[in-house]
Amino acid sequence: MFVLVVGGGKVGYYLTKELIQSGHEVVLMEKDRARADQVADEIGSIVIPHDGCEGKYLGEAGANRADIVAAVTGDDEDNLVICQMAKHHFDVPRTIARVNNPKNEELFKHLGVDELISPTRMILGSIEQDIPVHELLHLAGLGESELELIEAHLDAGSPAIGRSTGDLQMPEGCALFAVIRDGVAMPLRSDMRLREDDKVIAIGREDCETLLKEQLIGASATEG
Amino acid sequence: MNVVIVGCGRVGSVVAEAFDSAGHKVIVIDRSTAAFDRLPGEFKGDAVRGDGTDEDVLRKAGAEGADVFLALTEGDNRNVMSAQLAIEALHANRVVAKINDPLRAAAYAELGLATICRTDLMSNAILGYIGLPTTGSRGVVAPIGVHAGGEHHHERDGLRSGVRSAPVGLGREPISAPSPEPDSGREA
Repeated sequence: MFVLVVGGGKVGYYLTKELIQSGHEVVLMEKDRARADQVADEIGSIVIPHDGCEGKYLGEAGANRADIVAAVTGDDEDNLVICQMAKHHFDVPRTIARVNNPKNEELFKHLGVDELISPTRMILGSIEQDIPVHELLHLAGLGESELELIEAHLDAGSPAIGRSTGDLQMPEGCALFAVIRDGVAMPLRSDMRLREDDKVIAIGREDCETLLKEQLIGASATEG
Repeated sequence: MNVVIVGCGRVGSVVAEAFDSAGHKVIVIDRSTAAFDRLPGEFKGDAVRGDGTDEDVLRKAGAEGADVFLALTEGDNRNVMSAQLAIEALHANRVVAKINDPLRAAAYAELGLATICRTDLMSNAILGYIGLPTTGSRGVVAPIGVHAGGEHHHERDGLRSGVRSAPVGLGREPISAPSPEPDSGREA
């Protein structure tokens, strides 16, 4: 695949290196001349020392034949423009933008950016995982399908305790697939009875959450 | 009219002053308070310090539902983002973005954004003054396509299509006086 990476900071630099290693064709655009030279010294002549927001240079970099354009500069507005130019002016099939301000995610998606990477959101997610709350934990988002990996910790008050998973009323489009018991992960069979302190891992859409929470965490969840 | 101007540089401040003295309600937004020194002492509008690409800042400043929204900072991309926020999130009526890169300006006009390109305006002014053929581009471009949003939420290709319904923003009646002329070809 031919990947055009725009932004030669740490993210762009390591991304480019990894992509080359996995055998992809890569061109990196970095507008700061000194930085571009520095990166080029290390990874070779695939660095274009120009601004990837400028249509002319995007074209020269081969945007019209790129399979993917990844905009990973530190400025959200630049990443948006790069992706929009790539998508609509150069017909690039897949665009990926780094989004620093989580508030911009919705706008970017709405404006047609295919995939968003949000470092802020990721770190926020990790922090949330460390806080024991009586809520469903979001472990990860699964691509563009709006599916999420969700963990439910069964406290003493959970209505699911003592019941087998086959008895639980699962929301449509939501699957329980594993349980972590005493630190050991095991696949979830429909005849397995759930116990206190089990962690149930599910995949489902965001809108299944209410029912999922009702089934696995119970009403007491709101108190805690 | 409610007028919002992002970027209080030379152009922004002059336009703000003009709207203000014509009796309109003006809100000027800039990242630096020093920029507001360009506004005349008798300016009656609001001057708000903040990032014009931040939806919350724009909302707090009172930009929601503005009749006119002008993105006139020195950054093309900031203007593009501000203007698109104004259309999509704040439902501003007439939105114009200054984009100095001619290619980007033309591309966004096609995506349904009214654009002003200083590069085109100036090069044409110079060429015209010297008596050489101008580039043919008018510098102020009303949106050609329809901007994303409207009734076509979440449609991936929403930005690309050419004609669908009345364009959002400047489309209905261009602010620029000259009637539309064909973009192609050069003028003598």
